[in-house]
Amino acid sequence: MQFGIFTVGDVTEDPTTGRTPSEHERIKAMVAIAQKAEEVGLDVFATGEHHNPPFVPSSPTTMLGHIAARTDRLILSTSTTLITTNDPVKIAEDFAMLQHLADGRVDLMLGRGNTGPVYPWFGQDIRQGIPLAIENYALLHKLWREDVVDWKGRFRTPLQGFTSTPRPLDGVPPFVWHGSIRSPEIAEQAAYYGDGFFANNIFWPKEHFQRLVNLYRERYAHYGHGTAEQAVVGLGGQVFMRRNSQDAVREFRPYFDNAPVYGHGPSLEEFTEQTPLTVGSPQQVIDKTLTFRETFGDYQRQLFLVDHAGLPLKTVLEQLDLLGEEVVPVLRKEFANGRPAGVPEAPTHASLLAQRTAAENTTEEAR
Amino acid sequence: MTAPLKLVAVSAGLSVPSSTRLLADRLAGAVRTALEGRREVEVEVVELRGLARPIADHLVTGFPGPELRSALESVEAADGLIAVTPVFSASYSGLFKSFFDVLDREALTGTPVLIAATGGSARHSLALEHALRPLFAHLRAVVAPTAVFAASEDWGPGGDAEGLAPRIARAGGELADLLALRPPRPRAEPEVVPFEQQLAALRAG
Repeated sequence: MQFGIFTVGDVTEDPTTGRTPSEHERIKAMVAIAQKAEEVGLDVFATGEHHNPPFVPSSPTTMLGHIAARTDRLILSTSTTLITTNDPVKIAEDFAMLQHLADGRVDLMLGRGNTGPVYPWFGQDIRQGIPLAIENYALLHKLWREDVVDWKGRFRTPLQGFTSTPRPLDGVPPFVWHGSIRSPEIAEQAAYYGDGFFANNIFWPKEHFQRLVNLYRERYAHYGHGTAEQAVVGLGGQVFMRRNSQDAVREFRPYFDNAPVYGHGPSLEEFTEQTPLTVGSPQQVIDKTLTFRETFGDYQRQLFLVDHAGLPLKTVLEQLDLLGEEVVPVLRKEFANGRPAGVPEAPTHASLLAQRTAAENTTEEAR
Repeated sequence: MTAPLKLVAVSAGLSVPSSTRLLADRLAGAVRTALEGRREVEVEVVELRGLARPIADHLVTGFPGPELRSALESVEAADGLIAVTPVFSASYSGLFKSFFDVLDREALTGTPVLIAATGGSARHSLALEHALRPLFAHLRAVVAPTAVFAASEDWGPGGDAEGLAPRIARAGGELADLLALRPPRPRAEPEVVPFEQQLAALRAG
């Protein structure tokens, strides 16, 4: 089981001080947060991709390449990479390059993006969101697996005799997660390829995601990648902790009330009741996170959102200390308890390479 | 025996008691009367007043809280709908519109709907034709030809013999006829389109 954090990369005023960090400060803070994640023993750092203010991460592989040079163990990922408006050729190139620089510590999560104007800014049409995701990924998948590609599709200019360079490290493409908050088509896509499915469940009630995750699991088995229990599932979470839960609620409330996504809506109490958000003690976070397994089955990756809504860097780093010292060690132990033997870990470069080598050896022996 | 028809009346009245709710109840009664001997009807009334905050929360967060979810599910599962709003500033009330804004846009496709409104004077009655009817046309509902407007004076003398009562009966009869012809509503979950088919659709284009 992997544990990590994902960041939206918003530049938001701290409602308690009225101070807004500069883009430069926010970008540097994201790097500091990623380094801290490794330091406290987390496994994954994932950054969002946005092309409009108040967000800074428009160029995720640049940032992740920099973080790769400053870390040794951390898996670098995205949440999400826009498969609709990015050229799949550029995604293939950028992430293969990153994979080499990071010695394989790379995977990525694909998403469609729901900011209307981003589509026309990049020459696309939001009404074609699903077809774009399907066709662009089909090309990306091919570019990482075939050295010379001929391609003709509906959305991109055709390719003749094209080789995407560098080739994936050790010939092993980065593992892909497909992120979705509402589309069964994307769960189906993830299942078809035997890729991971990440349900970003942080803002919505669990019943909604249960349907999507179950559909993905069923279809994963249908396509013969393994049993439904072996499908590769990732989930989001959102936490704010202090040792004493009343302190956590008191301190987080102004950030919650003014948060860009859900602020000025339901109360903190209603929202924690209805969504995965936990504001309280480390033990409360542990308890809530353990319920995810009851809802969605044994899963492979848990990412927490800890750095949005204007929370100052110092506070975020304290959150990471609590996550790394008190929450994740217990979760690792608890999630390992009663986990059926057949349920795999999340694929990594090393495991995918070993899998391929094993497959090749079997083929050799068969000759 | 055919299962009873499920009729849901949405009332956006704000005062308690409310003439909008009263009109919704009268219309539901008229539908029931018109269906007597043909089909059984179960009526559920959804009062939007109590859902005002959950509806606003949904607009902000993108998901319904538990009470609102149950109301939305009732409307989605309805065989027929009665939708009644007070007229505010020449149109339906904001609360009424917001409820239909957060409803799944496929939820009312093909559903028979009776539209009605209340207001201070009959001068507002065309709000039904220029605001409510296009809204439900957009939602691909089947809107009954008669829309019922009740002005304050309709509740007094003159409202009964020539005015409101016959209009309620006529509208109720129209919705009843639309409902009586209606086969049981399919409740199947939408099927997922197999991936090969999704890919093939792109190649064919």
